[in-house]
Amino acid sequence: MKLGRVLGKVWATVKDPQLDGVKLYLMQPVDENDEPLGRPIVAADTVSSNFGDLVFWVSGAEATFALAEKRIPSDASIVGLVDRLDVAI
Amino acid sequence: MILGKVIGSVVSTIKIECYENRKILLVRPVQPDGTERKGTMVAVDVVRAGVGDTVIVASEGRAAAEILGYTCRIPIRNVIVGVVDKIKQRQV
Repeated sequence: MKLGRVLGKVWATVKDPQLDGVKLYLMQPVDENDEPLGRPIVAADTVSSNFGDLVFWVSGAEATFALAEKRIPSDASIVGLVDRLDVAI
Repeated sequence: MILGKVIGSVVSTIKIECYENRKILLVRPVQPDGTERKGTMVAVDVVRAGVGDTVIVASEGRAAAEILGYTCRIPIRNVIVGVVDKIKQRQV
């Protein structure tokens, strides 16, 4: 899992039926100092995050298990909203 | 598994159910000599690791589900499975 900052929303009318009802966000992977790591990606949202939120997300096969009721064809899923980071070092 | 150093923790109220009541830590990947590598990982802790500890992180979903006691697959990938006491490396 990694940290990310939600940059915006992505709309797609034509998509795989398994993605119906799944919110897609444009998200910038970041480090603990909010510095960007790599390029922004499209991530499926399962925790009702919003524009500007700091989130943590899971990549790879585990991203398909983010929704309890169904599997989603996603390789990046937002799984939690960050309230606060306690960085000591 | 990879080596990492715990640099802090994540406080989160709204998250997926399988993350509830679990300690979520920030881990910086390191080389065996302690040199920091790029990136920041978010990992679930099961061994009571603390800030500053060098840890072993299992970075695979199947392993994570196994360790956390799930029979089904879960959206957790990184789990801290050990605190490193010492690393001895031979020069090749």
